[in-house]
Amino acid sequence: MDYEVLKVIWWVLIGVLLIGFAVTDGFDMGVTALLRVIGRTDSERRVMMNTVGPHWDGNQVWFITAGGAIFAAWPVVYAVAFSGFYWAMLLVLFALFFRPVGFEYRSKVDDPRWRSAWDWGLTIGGAVPALVFGVAFGNLLLGVPFGIDELMRSTYTGSFWALLNPFALLTGLVSLGMLVMHGGTYLQMKTDAQLRERARKVSLWMAVVVAVLFAVAGVWLAMGIDGLVITSTSADIGGVFTPLDKVVEIKEGGWLANYSDYPVTILAPVLAFAGLLLTALMSAANRCALAFVSSSVAIAGIILTAGVSLFPFVMPSSSHPSQSLTLWDVVSSELTLTIMFWVAMVFVPIILCYTAWGYYKMRGRLTTDFIEGNKYSTY
Amino acid sequence: MISESLVDISRLQFAITALYHFLFVPLTLGLSFILAIMESTYVMTGKQVYQDMVKFWGKLFGINFALGVTTGLTMEFQFGTNWAYYSHYVGDIFGAPLAIEGLMAFFLESTMIGLFFFGWDRMSKVQHLAVTWLVAIGSNLSALWILIANGWMQNPVGAEFNFETMRMEMTSFAEVLFNPVAQVKFVHTTSAGYVTGAMFVLGISSYYMLKKRDLPFARRSFAIASSFGFAAILSVIILGDESGYEIGDIQKTKLAAIEAEWETQEPPADFTLIGFPDQEDMETHGALKVPGVLGLIATRSTTEEVKGIKDLLVEHEERIHRGMEAYALLEKMRAGDKSEPTIAAFDALKDDLGYGLLLKKYTENVVDATDEQIKMAAKDSIPQVAPMFWTFRIMVGIGFLMLAMIAISFWSSIRHNMEQKPWLLKAHLWAIPLPWIACEMGWFVAEFGRQPWAIGEVLPTHLAVSSLTMTDLFLSLGSFIGLYTLLLVAEVYLMFKFGRMGPSALHTGRYHHEQNASGASAAPAQAVKDPA
Repeated sequence: MDYEVLKVIWWVLIGVLLIGFAVTDGFDMGVTALLRVIGRTDSERRVMMNTVGPHWDGNQVWFITAGGAIFAAWPVVYAVAFSGFYWAMLLVLFALFFRPVGFEYRSKVDDPRWRSAWDWGLTIGGAVPALVFGVAFGNLLLGVPFGIDELMRSTYTGSFWALLNPFALLTGLVSLGMLVMHGGTYLQMKTDAQLRERARKVSLWMAVVVAVLFAVAGVWLAMGIDGLVITSTSADIGGVFTPLDKVVEIKEGGWLANYSDYPVTILAPVLAFAGLLLTALMSAANRCALAFVSSSVAIAGIILTAGVSLFPFVMPSSSHPSQSLTLWDVVSSELTLTIMFWVAMVFVPIILCYTAWGYYKMRGRLTTDFIEGNKYSTY
Repeated sequence: MISESLVDISRLQFAITALYHFLFVPLTLGLSFILAIMESTYVMTGKQVYQDMVKFWGKLFGINFALGVTTGLTMEFQFGTNWAYYSHYVGDIFGAPLAIEGLMAFFLESTMIGLFFFGWDRMSKVQHLAVTWLVAIGSNLSALWILIANGWMQNPVGAEFNFETMRMEMTSFAEVLFNPVAQVKFVHTTSAGYVTGAMFVLGISSYYMLKKRDLPFARRSFAIASSFGFAAILSVIILGDESGYEIGDIQKTKLAAIEAEWETQEPPADFTLIGFPDQEDMETHGALKVPGVLGLIATRSTTEEVKGIKDLLVEHEERIHRGMEAYALLEKMRAGDKSEPTIAAFDALKDDLGYGLLLKKYTENVVDATDEQIKMAAKDSIPQVAPMFWTFRIMVGIGFLMLAMIAISFWSSIRHNMEQKPWLLKAHLWAIPLPWIACEMGWFVAEFGRQPWAIGEVLPTHLAVSSLTMTDLFLSLGSFIGLYTLLLVAEVYLMFKFGRMGPSALHTGRYHHEQNASGASAAPAQAVKDPA
């Protein structure tokens, strides 16, 4: 396979992993974010936790694998983004700490204070990462202040607080809203009675809210945010190419260029809006499985929109635009990309098979009666 | 230049988070197999007590596993957050096993663990047994890939420096995979995990026998753990010896530091059993020596020599000089001179580039280093001897102590007389922390002994850090310590709570506490009777 083609394939694969993460781990984050909102009694909260009980850990591996794949295939992004977004990353990490222990420890002690504390932990573990991922994407679109020296050492010159600007907070809310909506559609499928009814309302309204926020972000991007464009390169982008080998210029409305250059890409935001609309309609019509599928499509559309807008950039630099990271210059060697491509081709289908088997085995709705009858063997 | 205290705190943060993560990993590795063995016995015999064993030890497994997952997340993040230059410099090789670990092992383990806990009534006995085995296999495969990554840090084979991208790049995946250091590390580390699992079950089962409760449950757990543990401890020691041989071959400096081998001795070298290494004077005070043994362990011969630190220092100084030349050529090439003679000259010297980079601690330019700076860099190339010497001896000492204990227990469980040996049961109860101490010491020997290198003889730790500030580091280190302490308190609390409760925690009505709680009518003898 050609190195240039491999580079594009890996952009697609990282996208697939991120979407896989948001669609799977996304709903359990949504569920725990809603824990204190729609879970009124201890039993209800336990029902909610147990709907994702057998799956959250496997889902979380999408996230871990996306991280590992970025390390292996895009080591420059792994190095620059993780160290640059130091506090944002640690915030996500610290929030995620409360998930495994929250699930596992919460119901092992009867004390209501103990349980309430872990409920907060699980809420944070769901809501904070969802918000921060969105904030990070917003900042990518705005550009991040970093530079790379001659020895390829990167330095981030911004602060954590600078990440929390209005546009990024808006994209953060899009991200949080979409995962909460997604969690709501999952709960519609897995619970019954009042809990299901509350989840239905959450999905319905969240779909509307996310559609509005997403549209506002789109207008903001078109009117108020400059994009980037590669104007010249000193090496072949399909060969050995580093972040120091190109000249990049700022271009007004540049992030929308792909949509006019390749009209087919308009499908990404169209998918997002269609998915959101259908999520609302299907929730209203009480068609829970279709609502979940629609919500998954919406998530894929939203992430794809962010990726396509940036393409071929993956991490723009606001202070040194020419040193911005693109999918051409952040990659591993041809050999590593090839090996990792085949590893992914072999293992992803296997993973999908046994994951599907797991969901099949655990199918069906959970009730408060079931939890009360099995209080020592459930979360 | 990168401040030394920044490097020190970054190292401290990594060490604390890795050592902490490694408190939970060995038990997962070992206990998962013990659970699989117990469940196999259940499926074969159909006896209820074995299913109860899987469920009860599974509860403790879950409490431990949750923190293993939590702290593992940190490890996945931390190369990028705190070791950004490392991630750039070797990500091309090092990232691959981590990503493969996710795809091949962690997905499997994590998907199956959910089914292990919640799938009992949802699948056939054999399906559930398969799930349990897959958890064990998944977690052990996970260890394999992590140790392939770690083995590469110790012995970076199958890779080459590329001056255009300023990083190491993979030349042979097979060499990375079949790295001899990774292979011996994998078997030694996983066996250590099996011993940890066995010692854990032995200790807690002993507690029940000492308390004379749930005896059939405790005896069977003890029997399985002692036989599994016996095989495991033999494997740890034999493969530990194999590691010694590999180190002797590949990581000569680490071996010399472990053994406080200052001078190159006439082969076969004597083994210093105990003594007080002194880094300044380069000698070991009060050394108690066993003739010839070191030569035999490290070289498997009576004629090959084991290089001493003083000779290694001379060797390293020469390599630093060559590394300076390599660095000068690298600068020339980076500035645009890509002529064949320059590249050829660089290729001849590039294996020593890493030694040149050791000077970065003292001078930004490397090529203008003074003789004094070169001497300091050479001195840096030897890890601190005393901590290496001691931690290694503690690890080995505990290993042999556990061998003795497990051997006696194994024998007693065959003879069915361990309950007549309260001293053995008490010893096991108090010995529960031992495998953890040995594992942490082992980690220390392997990773502290790798210093000053992040990647052996390729990338100095000093250069590998991210461009962060001291404030960042102090705050993040403080947060890690605070959160980890909080989580550890919760974990230990639950472990003690459920450990004390024993199988009564399952609320089946078959075990001690429930029997007593339900009053005198439920004949106390019932509690002792085999629930099967």
